[in-house]
Amino acid sequence: MDLTQRTVGAALFAKGVSRRGFMKFCATTASLMALPPTLIPTIAEALEKARRPSVIWLPFQECTGCTESLTRSNTPTLESLVFDAISLDYHETLQAAAGHAAEEARETAMQANWGNYLLAVDGSIPLGNPGYSTIGGVSNVDLLKKVAAGAKAIVAIGTCASFGGLPQARPNPTGAVGVSELIKDKPVINISGCPPIPSAITGVLAQYLVFGQLPEMDALGRPKAFYGQTIHDRCYRRPFYERGQFAETFDDEGAKRGWCLFKLGCKGPVTYNACATVKWNLGTGFPIEAGHGCIGCSEPRFWDAGGFYEPLSTTRWGSWQTVGAAAAAGAAIGAAAALAARARRSGAATETKP
Amino acid sequence: MQPEGGFPDLRSLPATIEAGTGNVPLLLQELRHALERLVERGATHIIDLLAIPLGPGEGDRLLARLGVGEIVAVLEAQGRSEIRECGYPGIWCISHFNESGELAARFLEVTFAPALLASQIEDVRDGLKRLSLTLDPSAAGNAVGRPS
Repeated sequence: MDLTQRTVGAALFAKGVSRRGFMKFCATTASLMALPPTLIPTIAEALEKARRPSVIWLPFQECTGCTESLTRSNTPTLESLVFDAISLDYHETLQAAAGHAAEEARETAMQANWGNYLLAVDGSIPLGNPGYSTIGGVSNVDLLKKVAAGAKAIVAIGTCASFGGLPQARPNPTGAVGVSELIKDKPVINISGCPPIPSAITGVLAQYLVFGQLPEMDALGRPKAFYGQTIHDRCYRRPFYERGQFAETFDDEGAKRGWCLFKLGCKGPVTYNACATVKWNLGTGFPIEAGHGCIGCSEPRFWDAGGFYEPLSTTRWGSWQTVGAAAAAGAAIGAAAALAARARRSGAATETKP
Repeated sequence: MQPEGGFPDLRSLPATIEAGTGNVPLLLQELRHALERLVERGATHIIDLLAIPLGPGEGDRLLARLGVGEIVAVLEAQGRSEIRECGYPGIWCISHFNESGELAARFLEVTFAPALLASQIEDVRDGLKRLSLTLDPSAAGNAVGRPS
């Protein structure tokens, strides 16, 4: 039987998921996608009837951290139901097939679902010399274009696939770019982060299953449900920022009391991600809660945006003492600091263009 | 003592700050208004607790304020879920855990009975088939059951 002909509801039912289990799955998916809980019955109805989409996952210049983040977090979770619901037809780390058999599986899935499959990509694509990264002798850029041709939409997973990521850091020796710089004729959604929060990936897939389309995106093509606010907007240490109470070193009194990490280089004010709300390790915490400033890993060129331990806007404002004293004004300074950091980052961009 | 720039040293002020959002009393007010609507016209309400910004400890403080009522139901499906009526009848706290025991979602429902408590017609139909099979094994060729 061609499994992609089955509906999501039938697939889950066949796996032994009861109706209550299915309702629980819909409720947690709604929560994950920041959809109002009143929509849960609608989601249930849509998911039940949705056809299982075929997903082809291509790895390029990547460290496999995105796959690890997604699949290794722990024993089967509710999120894994999303993977039961889709038909993951090609994934080099997870599949049993290898060599020619693997490529045949990919070709078969592409032909059977031409125009309708989802293409998931992790890793950047080198343009400097196609030989820098190949799979079975085919360069990443050729494979991307070939598989993208029959895809309904492309999900760029991680900062490398979204914006170029680590390989693109100065001096960008391989000429690395993100997917959206190469594919212009298909919808591309960027789930950035190094790695992205696992539920951001499954949430987007779940939304695609329910509504048959990609969710609302910001100017950088990221789903607004997860990237609509900065870390700073939702940080629980914000009251300390507003009152000018900063940790000065990693082991001082301020650090021990959990004060704001702005002076220790936190890039929270200019970083859009869901770490402060969805958090990591299924809600255990996130870097700031663990005492380390945000490094801005979901933003383009974050590796070149000034050091991880340099406060935002240091070079623009002269000294961080000046910034700290003025911090009681709160929002206005935060906005100005964000503008300064963006200006400095676009300065970095012009320096690193290959 | 005035530091440079004339700004007061905020650390010298007597008030202490808690790293909190102040959302707990607001949520309690929302629940009160929802209970009023439930009484007046049977209108239900649902709050996704994980979507509300809450500082460390605020979630626990809210649940402690709501207390525990007469019913605690445990649902075992894709991991455990707990459906608990709070100390104020009509307010239910529904916590969904995954198979590793980690919290996946938490809702506060204002209703007479959360939908999850009722048996679902699809499950009833499936159970009927399975029960019929055990009572009449000769009908096995026609019946379709779900792997348990």
